Amino acid sequence: MPTKITMTVNGQSVTKEVEARTLLVHFLRDNLQLTGTHVGCDTSNCGACTILVDGNAVKSCTMLAVQADGSEVTTIEGLSQNGEMHPLQEGFREEHGLQCGFCTPGMIMAAVALLDRNPNPSEQEIREGLEGNFCRCTGYHNIVRSIQYAAKKINEPKKAVAS
Amino acid sequence: MVTNKFDYIRAESVDDAITLMVKHGMDAKLLAGGHSLIPAMKLRLNAPGVLIDIRKIQELRYIKKDGNKLVIGAGATHHDIATSELAHQTYSMLPEAADLIGDQQVRNIGTIGGSLAHADPAADWPGVMIAAGASVHLKGPDGERSVPAEDFFTGFYMTELQENELLTAISIPLPPEGTRSAYKKFMQPASRFAIVGAAAAVTVKGGKIERVKVGINGLADAAFAAGNIEKALVGKEPTEANIDAAVEGTGADAMVMADHFASEEYRLHLAKVYAKRALMAATQ
Amino acid sequence: MTNYIGKAVKRVEDKRFLTGKGRYTDDIVLPGMLYAYIVRSPYAHAKINNIDTSRAEKMDGVVKIYTGKDIAESGINGIPTGWQVNFKNGDTMKEPPHPLLVADKARYMGDGVAVVIAESREEARDAADEIDIDWEELPAVASAKKATEDGAPLVHDEAPNNKCFDWELGNPKEEVDKAMKQAHHITTLEFTNQRVVPNAMETRAAIGQYEEATGKYTLYTTSQNPHLTRLLLCAFVLGIPEHRVRVVAPDVGGGFGSKIFHYAEEALMIWCSERLKRPVKWTSDRSEAFMTDAHGRDHISKAEMGFDKEGNVLALRVKTHANLGAYLSTFAPCVPTWLHGTLLQGLYVTPKINVDVTGVFTNTVMVDAYRGAGRPEATYLLERLMDTAALEMDMDPAELRLKNFIPPFDGVEQPGYQTQVALQYDSGNYHAVLKRALEMVGYEKFRKEQAEARKEGKLLGIGFSTYIEACGIAPSAVVGALGARAGLYEVGQVRVQPTGKVSVFTGAHSHGQGHETTFAQVVADRLGIPLDDVEIIHGDSDSVAFGMGTYGSRSLAVGGSAIVKSLDKIIEKGAKIAAHKLEASEEDLEFAEGKWTVKGTDKSIAFGDVALTAYVPHDYPEGVEPGMDFSSFYDPANFTYPYGAHVAIVEVDKDTGHTKLKRFIAVDDVGNVINPMIVDGQIHGGLAQGIGQALFEGAMYDEDGQLINGSYMDYTMPRADDLPSFEIDRTVTPCPHNPLGVKGAGEAGCIGSTPAVVNAVMDALRPFGIKKDLEMPLTPERVWRHMQS
Ligand SMILES: Cc1cc2nc3c(=O)[nH]c(=O)nc-3n(C[C@H](O)[C@H](O)[C@H](O)COP(=O)(O)OP(=O)(O)OC[C@H]3O[C@@H](n4cnc5c(N)ncnc54)[C@H](O)[C@@H]3O)c2cc1C
Ligand code: FES
Ligand code: FES
Repeated sequence: MPTKITMTVNGQSVTKEVEARTLLVHFLRDNLQLTGTHVGCDTSNCGACTILVDGNAVKSCTMLAVQADGSEVTTIEGLSQNGEMHPLQEGFREEHGLQCGFCTPGMIMAAVALLDRNPNPSEQEIREGLEGNFCRCTGYHNIVRSIQYAAKKINEPKKAVAS
Repeated sequence: MVTNKFDYIRAESVDDAITLMVKHGMDAKLLAGGHSLIPAMKLRLNAPGVLIDIRKIQELRYIKKDGNKLVIGAGATHHDIATSELAHQTYSMLPEAADLIGDQQVRNIGTIGGSLAHADPAADWPGVMIAAGASVHLKGPDGERSVPAEDFFTGFYMTELQENELLTAISIPLPPEGTRSAYKKFMQPASRFAIVGAAAAVTVKGGKIERVKVGINGLADAAFAAGNIEKALVGKEPTEANIDAAVEGTGADAMVMADHFASEEYRLHLAKVYAKRALMAATQ
Repeated sequence: MTNYIGKAVKRVEDKRFLTGKGRYTDDIVLPGMLYAYIVRSPYAHAKINNIDTSRAEKMDGVVKIYTGKDIAESGINGIPTGWQVNFKNGDTMKEPPHPLLVADKARYMGDGVAVVIAESREEARDAADEIDIDWEELPAVASAKKATEDGAPLVHDEAPNNKCFDWELGNPKEEVDKAMKQAHHITTLEFTNQRVVPNAMETRAAIGQYEEATGKYTLYTTSQNPHLTRLLLCAFVLGIPEHRVRVVAPDVGGGFGSKIFHYAEEALMIWCSERLKRPVKWTSDRSEAFMTDAHGRDHISKAEMGFDKEGNVLALRVKTHANLGAYLSTFAPCVPTWLHGTLLQGLYVTPKINVDVTGVFTNTVMVDAYRGAGRPEATYLLERLMDTAALEMDMDPAELRLKNFIPPFDGVEQPGYQTQVALQYDSGNYHAVLKRALEMVGYEKFRKEQAEARKEGKLLGIGFSTYIEACGIAPSAVVGALGARAGLYEVGQVRVQPTGKVSVFTGAHSHGQGHETTFAQVVADRLGIPLDDVEIIHGDSDSVAFGMGTYGSRSLAVGGSAIVKSLDKIIEKGAKIAAHKLEASEEDLEFAEGKWTVKGTDKSIAFGDVALTAYVPHDYPEGVEPGMDFSSFYDPANFTYPYGAHVAIVEVDKDTGHTKLKRFIAVDDVGNVINPMIVDGQIHGGLAQGIGQALFEGAMYDEDGQLINGSYMDYTMPRADDLPSFEIDRTVTPCPHNPLGVKGAGEAGCIGSTPAVVNAVMDALRPFGIKKDLEMPLTPERVWRHMQS
């Protein structure tokens, strides 16, 4: 029995009919063609599917689309503003934080949430903050650098204002 | 990664949820954060015909002081507890344990009510609840009741929850002065659930242990209170030697689990090590 | 001025990945597409008495269900292997058929038995549950050693004792035995190099599309080598016409070897599409990937190394049982033989070596190349022997290695080094990498810290590993003589467009390695044009002439060299056109910074103008064809031989046996470096995988052949907080035999790191005395038991 749901995805309101069992990740990929959000496992461990739901990092493979009815969703496609890359996107490029790119959208969305809660994390805090995201390519070394780069960049203008 | 078909209903209130449970019977399941239920459904290990979503019920999501108790609504997420000043003031092991659950994504949506109801033997909350002397509040078509956490977990994924009952909250008596607590966890390296988790709440008065409660999860089919430690430590000084002696035999009567990560013998050893670590952290 | 080589140029491919615009196979939706779900055997070994699909066929959305019987009746072949390794006595290896779906019996847990095709993913999945299969379970065998014992269950009736081949390399066994007798000390190890699961984060997927109107077949697939897949598909499996088959490997989310091979699902999707006249997509679930992606390693070995009094190595004797799984995957026979046995010289002057390998069928999923493929197994064996020998002989492990290293040689002035096991190393200074690593560690200081820590009851340990690998795979004639059924050259086409922009088509495939950047750096530099004027195209057999793909750290050494060959042709032709335009002779011209200049004058013509002239040949040299488009095949003269030294420092928790990796130092020599940022990234990733094998990973089959840890809940993937930041450096010894002087960097990290970590843990446990070896992965319980024993 299809259910009608409405949510805001990357700033745009969408209304669709879905089966109750449709996972949010499949809704994004199949119904909205937002294929930047990936599926890397079936046990909710890998984090490739991480998006923001009402500002919080969530594994979209472990949420039903119907559960997100009325929510505000941000995916990797909605991260850059006016064609300008988010500091994390920039950081990943500058510090070679991605190789095959498959984990990258989830990794970046998890990092967005991480920096949101802790704008100035230590290396250890970054590493612990990524415990829900696997990367098989980079050994995480440059992912850590990428997040440090972004943290610096995000904090810089604030510091400038403060001083 | 496709679940079986089911109907989905969003409950508006606790009473609404109970009415829906009664209506749909055994075929229905409550859906809280979904972070135990949906993974199982994706692998078709669980196939309820109806899901009753209680995640958006606001009356379930709170952390508050009520007289001499801390009360946590079933809908409070692990993250809510990890960041709650009130929880921290009551027992520092509460946020400490919350922070060790899964990852930030899981903590954002998984709930304490769901975790306790699910009663995964390797989950973190059960041991902490036992150490905190918590009561679990249940509501069903026939009214409300409470069960001490110590009696709530009855076996492998089994609890005192009866059909059509909903776990509404847990309440924790505020500890006496001089109480400190800690939760220490040895993680299963892949899933990061607990191979052994030990929660300790210790009240020291005049250099002696007046009250001590240790909850152990991961080790056995259900979380339990380590009575041996309580017996051995009350009235003693919180020294390392006393703690060493007290943790001997921890889990001796439990239905100890074993898997490819940890044999029974190793788990029993870890139970001692982690009980000690929790006790040391709560006393030194 | 353009000068890109050697610079950390930011990757040109990143933007699409960073903005969610990568295009992976599962992202592709074709009009009218159907979805496939494959029903697989839950048993490791079982007869299929009957399959009843009648209920499933009536389910909503179901279009068709095929079983192994349908496949068999269609008369197609099974999946072939690409390498032949014969028995010592000359008998042909056993090569039992590997059907796309099995009809008679399943030989491993995950063997495909039926495919459901439906209008949606959900409907295909639902219907699969309604298929009834009458199974008759048979006894199974999962261990390579047990499988060869008399009375063990037979995976294939035609392979007695489950032996696929036996094989030997090196000096005659008698010579080695004799040398061993003269040894002052023999170090012996018996161990399993455990099975690991590659776990690229993107699971495999395939879309088959047959278009009746044109007779064209298209396969979109998660492949490291689309042309090779096409060749196998056309020539061996389906017999469809190669010129009407297009294989596309779009963005691919990591491979690490597991996506080299031609898998049954690829052929199956084409086969289904041809029948149903609609595109059909299959995407593997992760649980399915654990069961069906080819695994890596799984050797059971006994290794003995003999030393004289001073610690000089005298001889090495190795006996290995290599698990091949239930069927032969594409490179399976080659991995434990020609990629393993040949590397047992390591960096040492060992005068006598004999290696004996038995390839064995078991009721487990196929085993094939996984990052390093054979070379990590060889390195693990040698380096565990070295550290163990040092311990037993009370020598310093670093000293023992330095003492036995092959002396430096550049392969130009000094000849290459001929090993006892068939290879000729190209160039190397092995002392330099280890010395640099020791410097980075602060070795003497560490030993003091360690002694202090031990006094406090803390268990600190240091472990070494040095390695060499054979990469840049491979000279076709050589590998042909060794049993390869394909050539291993590479193709590089350079098309200069009329406006001077350059399209480069390579048969290599990038799935994380950054070819689109590195190759462009090479091209831009050679032609003296901006990087942005170069586009690297790969992964589509319709646009790229041919190719052998990416594995064995070969892309730049072989694929890059093919491109350089074409660039040389471009420059040569350009010179003819330039000479004509400048009214000078070709000999008087020099090409630099994107223009041809008449030597000693300021008369010049830019690359872009020459390109335009080539396409608008009004004023044009006689006898020269218009256009500027060259394709080259490059067949390497030899393998390349990267090498390095890795050092791990660990701390073991005395109470729990938990190991914390505190530092990891790697000094690698991968020859010349085009993009240091990318090379560093390759090393990092390899290290994590190698460390993963040492501490965390390992696929476990029980006695009945059940995979018991086939999910991320049970199979430990290294996470960010399991690893430290890596300390890496490199030396540069150019490869003397390819035009770029490069050796390859893809596998280095994964080859050197594993034994370093294990050696470090063994060193940490030294206060408990010298004991039996520890099996990988070094789980806390294993380490704890070691301390208790
Ligand atoms: C990747 C991952 C890692 C994890 N790691 C850990 C970990 O380290 N430690 C740990 O403890 N847990 C871990 N978890 C589990 C997590 O904490 C879950 O959130 C929790 O166990 C269940 O809570 P939920 O709100 O998601 O419940 P749900 O999944 O919604 O429900 C679980 C069960 O409880 C029932 N239920 C839910 N709420 C109620 C209620 N109020 N009354 C009665 N019945 C109810 C449901 O019907 C269902 O049967 C992990 C989960 C994932 C996906
Ligand atoms: S897909 Fe792996 S956690 Fe969601
Ligand atoms: S970049 Fe490939 S998995 Fe992270």
